[in-house]
Amino acid sequence: MKTISPGKGKKAKADSTQEIWNLRLYVAGQTPKSITAFANLKKICEEYLAGKYRIEVIDLLKNPQLAKGDQIIAIPTLVRKLPEPLKKIIGDLANTERVLVGLDIRSVSG
Amino acid sequence: MVKAKHKVDVLEKCPTGIRGLDEITKGGLPRGRPTLICGSAGSGKTLFAMEFLMRGAMDYREPGVFMTFEETPEDLAKNFISLGFDLHDMMSRGLIATDHVYIERSEIEETGEYDLEGLFIRLGNAIDSIGAKRVVLDTIEALFSELPNATILRAELRRLFHWLKDRGVTAIVTGESGDKTLTRYGLEEYVADCVILLDFRIVEQISTRRLRIVKYRGSSHGSDEYPFLIDDRGFSILPITSLGLDYPVSTERISTGIPKLDTMLDGKGFYRGSTILISGTAGTGKTSLSATFADAACLRGERCLYFAFEESPRQIIRNMRSIGIDLARWVKKGLLKFHSARPTLYGLEMHLVTFHKVIEEFKPLVFIVDPISNLIAAGTASEVKSVLTRLIDYLKMTKISTFLTDLTHFGGSLERSSEEISSLIDTWLLLRDIELKGERNRGLYILKSRGMAHSNQIQEFLLTNKGIDLIDIYTGSGEVLTGSARAAQEAEEKASELVRRREVVRRLREQERKRKALEAKIAALRAEFDAESEELHLVAEEERKRQVVLAEDRLELAHLRKRETFSSPAKRLKKKGERRVR
Repeated sequence: MKTISPGKGKKAKADSTQEIWNLRLYVAGQTPKSITAFANLKKICEEYLAGKYRIEVIDLLKNPQLAKGDQIIAIPTLVRKLPEPLKKIIGDLANTERVLVGLDIRSVSG
Repeated sequence: MVKAKHKVDVLEKCPTGIRGLDEITKGGLPRGRPTLICGSAGSGKTLFAMEFLMRGAMDYREPGVFMTFEETPEDLAKNFISLGFDLHDMMSRGLIATDHVYIERSEIEETGEYDLEGLFIRLGNAIDSIGAKRVVLDTIEALFSELPNATILRAELRRLFHWLKDRGVTAIVTGESGDKTLTRYGLEEYVADCVILLDFRIVEQISTRRLRIVKYRGSSHGSDEYPFLIDDRGFSILPITSLGLDYPVSTERISTGIPKLDTMLDGKGFYRGSTILISGTAGTGKTSLSATFADAACLRGERCLYFAFEESPRQIIRNMRSIGIDLARWVKKGLLKFHSARPTLYGLEMHLVTFHKVIEEFKPLVFIVDPISNLIAAGTASEVKSVLTRLIDYLKMTKISTFLTDLTHFGGSLERSSEEISSLIDTWLLLRDIELKGERNRGLYILKSRGMAHSNQIQEFLLTNKGIDLIDIYTGSGEVLTGSARAAQEAEEKASELVRRREVVRRLREQERKRKALEAKIAALRAEFDAESEELHLVAEEERKRQVVLAEDRLELAHLRKRETFSSPAKRLKKKGERRVR
């Protein structure tokens, strides 16, 4: 898969903010859990980080060696590379509330 | 049952290369299956797993993956070096691959469904990168504290072990002991093929490591607790396989190093491969006797291993020089090896593991333990007996002559302190003090010596500057004397002997004199008798002549009477007077 998908709603708004949210989603093939996770992530980003996020999807079936670098054991795992510090959320991101807490988005938007 | 039997035939084993383990497991761990190694903290799980990988890579050409959940790769490399392996070198040669898995609990959030496919992928990637045949997961339980959802974790672990089997790798999974379970998180539920428990116990401040095979599906295995040792060369497990009594025996005899003692032992000394025990109280010369035996062995060109538990090697060498035994030259030649340790350093079984290890390395023909009594004190009687039985069986199997000394207590029966091992001993020498007339001397006798006629005499045991000497003890007039008392008694005896001899001579002379006197008397009597009988003879002759004359006279008288009728009696008288004149 390895879909690098910059946010579609990225407009001039994104340029005005200093921070670009760099998110990485680790999956292993097109499993239902992976697809759900990607969909959930997309939705949350659009809602809370519109225009200032990048999602990188890494398929470990294709690049297994990448799992070591980010200490991935669970699939799917979402890694917040930027802004610092590094954050990880495992699971299909079904609970939006917990994703927001996990990514520390509340404070930014609020 | 039938099914199980079928499995035995099929079960292939993967040799670990860990000393002693392959004997206990009869070939190694189940190949292509996971094995659980459990034990408390510090029981040696990680080292065990590490050695399994290293030996596999070095000795069996089976590359391995070490997946660590606790230790950092740097710590891991340090641990490997402590066993004498260079992890980085082996990694660069493609023999070992490592992966450090850690999760920072604080930076992780969990939401919704997930699985541990990432772990599988990492492991699979590591295995494929070097073509690994062996895998270690140390300690996968760490995930339980890092991942909150135990239900998912358990399901995934079950899947992991199946996956490992499918991959056909021989895996070791470590787990920490729980309170009542083998592992804290019940890993034994998933790993059903082989479970090994490592135990680290401290009894009376002495620690002992033990290993037990809790379970080995489809294979017979030793079920005892096996003591083991971890040192700079890794694990050494003492196989407690009872060798039984069918060991080969030798009829070869070896000298004790003391000619007189050889004489006491049927004139030939000990049997090769026999077990000799020297019992004695402090200062009776046990070490000197051991050193003499060691010296004799080295003189024959045999390798001798000397375990000293009371003195340092240098001290023994110095002290033995005083009785004219130079052990230093044998050490220099490499024939004699000392191994010195405090008996309290570790438990009895650990000492025995050490014995095994050093014996296997040095391969001696003569093995000396001086003294063994301190070791005996380290365990209970039954422990000592079972452990020593195994050691002695092993030594006999390898035809190593064993010389043990035993320090007995004052006052106690000499035999008693060692009764638990007496049945294992072939030749038992006793050294004892003989206290008499204000001095203490040493005596030696043979309590038993299997398979040979041996002396029943107590010999006085002398330490001279030319070594050990044995002297026949004085046993005259119903008492045993040694030392100066023996010498005094001998002198006294010599004096009285002289007196007696003179007395005999004197009496002989007197008798001779008496005889002479008697003979003289007899001669005198005979002379007297002869004289008497001669006289008697003369008298008898006179008488006879007189009788003849008388008879003639009578006849003449008769004539005269007849003539008287013609002449006067006076004439006849005159005639008679005439004849008388004639």
